[in-house]
Amino acid sequence: MKHLIDILDLSVEELQELIDTAKDIISNPAKYSEKCKGKKLATLFFEPSTRTRLSFEAAMMELGGNVLGFSEAQSSSASKGESVSDTVKIVSCYADIIAMRHPKEGAPLVASMRADVPVINAGDGGHNHPTQTLADLLTIVREKGRLDNMTVGFCGDLKFGRTVHSLIGALSRYENINYVLISPEELKLPEYIKDEMLIKKGANFKEVTDLEGVIPELDVLYMTRVQRERFFNEADYIRLKDSYVLTLPKLESAKSDLSILHPLPRVNEISVAVDDDPRACYFRQALNGKYMRMALILKLLEVK
Amino acid sequence: MVINPITDGIVLDHITAGKGMQLYKILNLDELECSVAIIKNAGSKKMIRKDIIKIDKVIDLDFDVLGFIDPGITVSIIKNGKVEKYKDLKLPKTLKGVIACKNPRCITTTEQELEHVFKLTDSEKGTYRCIYCDAEAKSK
Repeated sequence: MKHLIDILDLSVEELQELIDTAKDIISNPAKYSEKCKGKKLATLFFEPSTRTRLSFEAAMMELGGNVLGFSEAQSSSASKGESVSDTVKIVSCYADIIAMRHPKEGAPLVASMRADVPVINAGDGGHNHPTQTLADLLTIVREKGRLDNMTVGFCGDLKFGRTVHSLIGALSRYENINYVLISPEELKLPEYIKDEMLIKKGANFKEVTDLEGVIPELDVLYMTRVQRERFFNEADYIRLKDSYVLTLPKLESAKSDLSILHPLPRVNEISVAVDDDPRACYFRQALNGKYMRMALILKLLEVK
Repeated sequence: MVINPITDGIVLDHITAGKGMQLYKILNLDELECSVAIIKNAGSKKMIRKDIIKIDKVIDLDFDVLGFIDPGITVSIIKNGKVEKYKDLKLPKTLKGVIACKNPRCITTTEQELEHVFKLTDSEKGTYRCIYCDAEAKSK
């Protein structure tokens, strides 16, 4: 039985297989509308989420399956002190597959060790968020037609941004990617990720604090939100939250085929005026997330 | 200073000078009833100064703990006055229940029954990472 806890659990071949399935779902949705008939997805969300949970639920529904679960820890037995291990053991009795979000890092891994059904990590604290990475990869493929030979800028909170860590990990397996890491000093990419994903693999990368100076180089710009929930200190959050705001004037020097991605939700880091620019891909990216989650559910349930 | 050879027991040699007492405590050698000798700052061609521990009994030792704390240690297990087994300690690939994860966001902070497990990710730097949250720990 296979789980998805870290994006690196999937080989490049498996990623391609998921991308191909997702593209086929987009082209032939009717073919997939009953693939999961009689199957149940449990969405165990111990931390609030809108798009990830709804995306998982929509994905299962569009495959003809059913959904059960909870959307906050308070409405589960976790509020009574039940362990993650016990919760998933019980849920394994009721569902065929589990999608779990949890504020504690490593909780989905613990779940996968105990569950009798496949477990998907739907985000664990500031650690991993592999299905967001699947959405990011499909978006890049659909916008750019490739996953190699490009310059990708990551902007904002690169320290706590789990989507950034997962996407860098995934892209590090493709050829000739240049990374431009744009962040304030306090929110730089953690050294161990830089070391293991970039330096050891001989990747080209640079770290800068100024977005405008590097924007003309970029093929993909991955914007992130400075997340209040990752800070222990409110004063640090307030000081850093407005570090980077993408506006139309800043995009004037950007390539005409730049793809702007954002895992969403945004606060103010991308001006609403940018939404109508054809280079803004983030709403299409959210839709791509649903297709990739459909492909993933099919794969983990071994539905042909 | 003369310490008699042991007939049946264990010699931990090439301990980094100054770490002998630390190991004595971590391995709970104070609980043994047999003779235990700690030699501090012994002369060494290779290390200039080293510590040595001699235990006058063959006991179970956690080589993972030893390797993590001081990977240069050599262990000789002596039976009937002869070295039966000689071991060069290396950094263990996995550490189970040896060190605790200090990341306050890690699931091990709330699920108390979970065993703390670390995997060696960089043997040159002696870097270990928690299997749950990837938090770093280094061999000392």
